[in-house]
Amino acid sequence: MELVVSLAIGVMAGAGVWLVLRPRTFQVLIGLALLSYAVNLFIFSVGSLSVDAEPIVRAGVPADLSHYTDPLPQSLVLTAIVIGFATTAQYLVVLLALRGLSGGDHVDGEEEKP
Amino acid sequence: MLPSEHLLVAPVLLPLATAALMLMLGEGNRRLKSALNVGSTTLGLLLAVALLLRVHAEGSAAFGIYLPGNWPVPFGIVLVADRLSALMAVLAGAVGLAALLYALARWQHAGVYFHVLLQLQLMGLYGAFLTADLFNLFVFFEVLLAASYGLLLHGGGIARVRAGLHYISINLVASLLFLIGVAVLYGVTGTLNMADIAAKIALIPERDLGLLHAGAAILAVAFLAKAALWPLNFWLTPAYGAASAPAAAVFAILTKVGVYALLRLWTLCFPADAVGASAGFGGDVLILGGLATLAFGAIGMLASQQLGRLAGYSVIASSGTLIAAIGFDAPALSSGALFYLASSTLAGCALFLLVELLERAREVDDGNDALPAFFDAQPPPGANLDDDEEVLIGRAIPAALVFLGVAFTLCAMVIAGLPPLSGFVGKLGMLIALLELGTVAAWTLFALLIASGLFAAMALMRVGVRHFWTTQDRPAPRLRVAETLPIALLLGGAVFMVVQAEAVFGYARATADALHEPQRYVDAVMRARTVPSPTGGMP
Repeated sequence: MELVVSLAIGVMAGAGVWLVLRPRTFQVLIGLALLSYAVNLFIFSVGSLSVDAEPIVRAGVPADLSHYTDPLPQSLVLTAIVIGFATTAQYLVVLLALRGLSGGDHVDGEEEKP
Repeated sequence: MLPSEHLLVAPVLLPLATAALMLMLGEGNRRLKSALNVGSTTLGLLLAVALLLRVHAEGSAAFGIYLPGNWPVPFGIVLVADRLSALMAVLAGAVGLAALLYALARWQHAGVYFHVLLQLQLMGLYGAFLTADLFNLFVFFEVLLAASYGLLLHGGGIARVRAGLHYISINLVASLLFLIGVAVLYGVTGTLNMADIAAKIALIPERDLGLLHAGAAILAVAFLAKAALWPLNFWLTPAYGAASAPAAAVFAILTKVGVYALLRLWTLCFPADAVGASAGFGGDVLILGGLATLAFGAIGMLASQQLGRLAGYSVIASSGTLIAAIGFDAPALSSGALFYLASSTLAGCALFLLVELLERAREVDDGNDALPAFFDAQPPPGANLDDDEEVLIGRAIPAALVFLGVAFTLCAMVIAGLPPLSGFVGKLGMLIALLELGTVAAWTLFALLIASGLFAAMALMRVGVRHFWTTQDRPAPRLRVAETLPIALLLGGAVFMVVQAEAVFGYARATADALHEPQRYVDAVMRARTVPSPTGGMP
């Protein structure tokens, strides 16, 4: 499972970095979204990956990390998702404003001179 | 818990409540919102000053600790006010108040949400300075960044939108790096409490050290991008140059947030006198990066043709100075740097406000006061209510050119570090400390500090000559009380720092001493106890 998760993170981060470096605003937007997915998965994975483990303590099971999954990364991911969503939306607004003002979708507001 | 304990959380809650209230007031009610905003920002500044005085009065054990959720220490979020936090909070409040007063004259009409955004910006700043939890620091960073995106766009126009798009992209990527760094640090240390991380670092096994250093370095990159370290600072000059004057004035403290986070976490986690492989980790990078940034800023100042860009480069130069000085990890140097930080923040803010006034004074149009286009084109709803107020706070002051000249000269002296103003005192403190260090890096910084002062003086003098001595049949500029007052207050603060230099320097020295003894911070945070529930149960 570690392999699957790390491959997923790597592929999304790689694609995200490539897209962020592209000259079109929409590509940058998708790149940022992909990067934030990769980062969210990464945060999730630092709390030790485990199958069928709950984050909430049950009666009769000793309270250590071999029986449970770490609840803190999950709450961090939740916060990071909300914040990432809001800031990406903010970026989208500015993207549309630039599109309206410049008439193009280049990140610099004008096409590169040949 | 005594009611006065809540003083620590008040600077965060007050702007949040004010912003919420102003959102409910809707788009109209401009005069009421202005009054609310002035009241709230002034109160916030007074709270920060009260915090500073209280922390300073407590002597060496100068830590105010507040547990917002009343969870025991390493688990819940902790707010800590020490001398550094309190100093930064006072600076944030002062900068916010100055920008607001300036905006009252005209910029507040450029968009309906200026007051709300300013309050949220202040909330993020106060929170970032007061929190002692790494993830909470991320949240407050995002709050202040989200507000700064809005403030940067305030006034509209393609230049701002284009600069805003770049600014937001860079900061979103930096925030993602921040998250990766936090996650790695959490994975290695198992905690997010800054004091707890510092305490755990000594216990980390050898095989995890690489991971720890990688996480710390990634986190530092996020802070350094915000602190405008070369080569991560190319976004700064266009963004700050494009922003409206009050927004740029607030941004003068945003780079200092990055410097603050670096100073706090680096001195806490990697002190030079610690045992093990982590001692002073990354110090060389800070010194080299800071020196490069300082040189870049100084050359940029000399090369700029526009005053707005010059002001941006002066921010970069002051960031470089601070980062390099922090990297040496010497208390005497840090205390000079802290003095310099306070004075350069005030002067940078004043310079950004002056930029617009000077550019306006240069306008050779038909003397219609060069109102921004938005004002004439489409009066926003509620603008009619302001007519009386316009008469009141919009009164032009006499001898405008004299005021501009004097203010610009004072500002230039502080930024270039010329005697007798506060920039000189801060630089002198750093130079003396560097002489005692005597290493090659110290001598390089010594030389660069003097050279950058010279470059700044030349660049600013050139601007001064162009603006004040080559006036040919230009109408005298019209300034308003609300525009001149904040500049006078900020420069008054710089003058105050000189008059009370001994007290302020003593404060800076005590701050630096506390920073370089991180164990005191760790102990103070770990000693904090929860408040028993009034019903007798566990919290």
